[in-house]
Amino acid sequence: MRLPINTMLTLAWRNLWRNHRRTLIMLAAIIIGVWAMIFMTAMMRGMVDQMIKEGIQNLPGHVQIHHPEFLDDPSVVNSIDEPDEKLLEAFSNTMVRAWTSRIKVPAVVSSEYDNRGVVLIGIEPDSESRFGFSPDRISEGRYLDSGDDKGIIIGARLAQRLETRLGKRIVVMTQDPDNNIADRGFRIVGIYSATLSAQEEAFIYVAKNTLAKLLKIPGRTSEIAVMGHDYREIAPLYELINSFAGKEVQVRGWDELDSYLGTMLSVMDGFVLIWIVVIFLALSFGLVNTLVMAVFERVREIGLMLSLGMRPGTILYQILLESFLLLLIGLAAGNILAVATIKPLESGIDISGVAQGMEMMGAGSVLYPALDAGDLILANIIVVVLGLLTSLLPAWRASTYDPVEAINKT
Amino acid sequence: MNITLRLAWRNLWRHSRRTWLTVAAMVFSNILLIFLISLQFGTYGMMIDNSLRSFTGHIQIQKPGYNSDPKMRLSFDKGVEIAGKLRDQLGIDTLSTRATGFALASSEERSYGIQIIGVEAEYEPRVSTLPGLISEGRFLSGENPEEIVIGKVLARNLKVKVGDELTLLGSGRDGGFAAGVVNIVGVFDSGSVDLDRSVAQVPLDYFQDVFSMDHQVNSIVVSVSELSETEQWKDKLQSFVTSNMPDSDLLVLDWNQLQPGLKQAIQSDVSSAIFMYAVLIVLVAFSVLNTQLMSVLERTREFGTVMALGFRPGRLGLLVLLETVLMAGLGLIIGVACGSLLVSYVAEVGFSYPGMAEMAARFHLEERIYPSVSFLSMLTGPVVIFIGCLLAAIYPALRLRLLQPVEAMRAV
Repeated sequence: MRLPINTMLTLAWRNLWRNHRRTLIMLAAIIIGVWAMIFMTAMMRGMVDQMIKEGIQNLPGHVQIHHPEFLDDPSVVNSIDEPDEKLLEAFSNTMVRAWTSRIKVPAVVSSEYDNRGVVLIGIEPDSESRFGFSPDRISEGRYLDSGDDKGIIIGARLAQRLETRLGKRIVVMTQDPDNNIADRGFRIVGIYSATLSAQEEAFIYVAKNTLAKLLKIPGRTSEIAVMGHDYREIAPLYELINSFAGKEVQVRGWDELDSYLGTMLSVMDGFVLIWIVVIFLALSFGLVNTLVMAVFERVREIGLMLSLGMRPGTILYQILLESFLLLLIGLAAGNILAVATIKPLESGIDISGVAQGMEMMGAGSVLYPALDAGDLILANIIVVVLGLLTSLLPAWRASTYDPVEAINKT
Repeated sequence: MNITLRLAWRNLWRHSRRTWLTVAAMVFSNILLIFLISLQFGTYGMMIDNSLRSFTGHIQIQKPGYNSDPKMRLSFDKGVEIAGKLRDQLGIDTLSTRATGFALASSEERSYGIQIIGVEAEYEPRVSTLPGLISEGRFLSGENPEEIVIGKVLARNLKVKVGDELTLLGSGRDGGFAAGVVNIVGVFDSGSVDLDRSVAQVPLDYFQDVFSMDHQVNSIVVSVSELSETEQWKDKLQSFVTSNMPDSDLLVLDWNQLQPGLKQAIQSDVSSAIFMYAVLIVLVAFSVLNTQLMSVLERTREFGTVMALGFRPGRLGLLVLLETVLMAGLGLIIGVACGSLLVSYVAEVGFSYPGMAEMAARFHLEERIYPSVSFLSMLTGPVVIFIGCLLAAIYPALRLRLLQPVEAMRAV
């Protein structure tokens, strides 16, 4: 005897509500479990997303070209040529959203009161502003006008440390390729602020041509940065740049440039999966228990159905369907609850109480939960697939009952 | 054996599969909680200890304002003498003085701006692990003034090795020009790129000489043997400062004030961990609630009968709670047994996951973490689960009070 799917569904649905208390408790457990899976994942994702964005901001650029020695020895000696025609052609590809070139050298900056070691960056103001260091980061004063601007922009924290301010002059001291000290006074034309205050202390910005003149390296640069569209998918961009770049330079993706960040992303993916599976396991005991009970109290009924000619396969199917319905309702409600709790929080949760701790990890003091569609789908698929797998055992047992014995069971 | 207890025990095994499934849920969560909590305790201990011992120390004595804005001129006089008195009077020898400045260090080929720290060669190894991490050469001897030890990355960037000379250029405490030539006697490899790139140590008296500090120092660094003793030593140092130097404005700061990020990083980690644990515990509690509610409902007739025979509802409620205690106790014992086996094993071999090395470098951890094995880390999780299960059984137990014997006996 085969039952049409409608009848099966009706049967499963009604069976579920025969013991509504048990079903409701199990549902509540599934809903809480699913909610926790998605909610926690969104929080962690939000944090890691922010860490990576801040980190890339620190570089910034998804793919960068350097002299092979530059990262280990960030000296002006390890400079490269400005992009040639071949590379410029690669940059016109649609995968490239923006590119810029900058000179990056270690320097000492002194005011009349104090001095600090910093990274001096010579930027091309127009193209650099598309990489995050843009006019709206300037909290006081102005942004650099052109590649020949004579001013300097420093961070708010550094200004405080050096006891200097907008309009004052500071002396920047660095080295040219011949090991001569190259120094020059700059007027502070702008003060910028950053999410991570460590950045404000580490980087100072001048116009690239001005710096190239000071260092006597016209036509050379330290770093060419390329930005794609999504930081998660830089592999094709990397391939493109790598195939067009010359042999004497090295191309690296952000995940290689900052291995902590790259690792964080993969650790995070692992964590999401483990967290979902762990929650599911905690749920599965209850799920199996519920089904075992549901089968147990219906032994006689199942025996009767078997005697009337229902196939064991149909019984199995029937119980799986019941479990499937239960999971489906739980998932639906859990998803809705999760989305409903995450959405209002998306404007940011203030966690400035632990700001310095977050800065150690590389995140800011506002947490923006990030609901990732991939994680949502992963959670739902895991719950349905593993849920049905764990239901298989009680369902299979029910289908293998001996009809006569089952009917006579008290 | 008490009759209620015996009843409860037998009732448990009427549905052995259901009981085992519920117990299994508890055991699973117990093992997970024990493992994660001991791992956390282990990590935090290591994180705090390693980062404090590497350089900062547990307590520092400084001028007000120096901590948030370390300027050379926020210094105090006779630091070495004060440190000597502290050693004599408080009987603590893990304490050393430092002065910190900034200079441009130049080798023949390269120049980098670095932090120069003047240290007492004799005492520095007692408060910091850096002197012990010398990979080439040796630490400052304390005999020759013109010596310097630098980090490995800095040595590479400056293209220098032990025996080479470095020129230091900076400004002194009085704002004047400070310059000196020093010999590199050692290179340390701390594993932290930041330290290895930006820090160098010279003898304190040489530092005071070059940077026109007279006998001024910037901080007295104290390291204690156990993290938990920090508070006690801080009080002792504080009362020493107030009684011996009543007119000085010196501050005694503990590690949490020196590195607030450390505790906060731990706090944020703890709060997300607590959320995860709470979810696990709630899920287990639901499992217990379901089981106990089922076992109460299916026994309605039986309960009706025993109530008709004079069993009080209160005693029946007690019976159900006792069943839960037995079940949860079973979960607790098996869980703790398996959990402690697992943790003791991992505590032997260490634990690592892909990506651990990168995280480790950032938080001063080692590449394998070792869970901390203690009563607290073993029992916190299981005990909370135990209590959660008992709470879950209250509703089924209370439902019994609504039972009317006659109706109950007729229930299907």
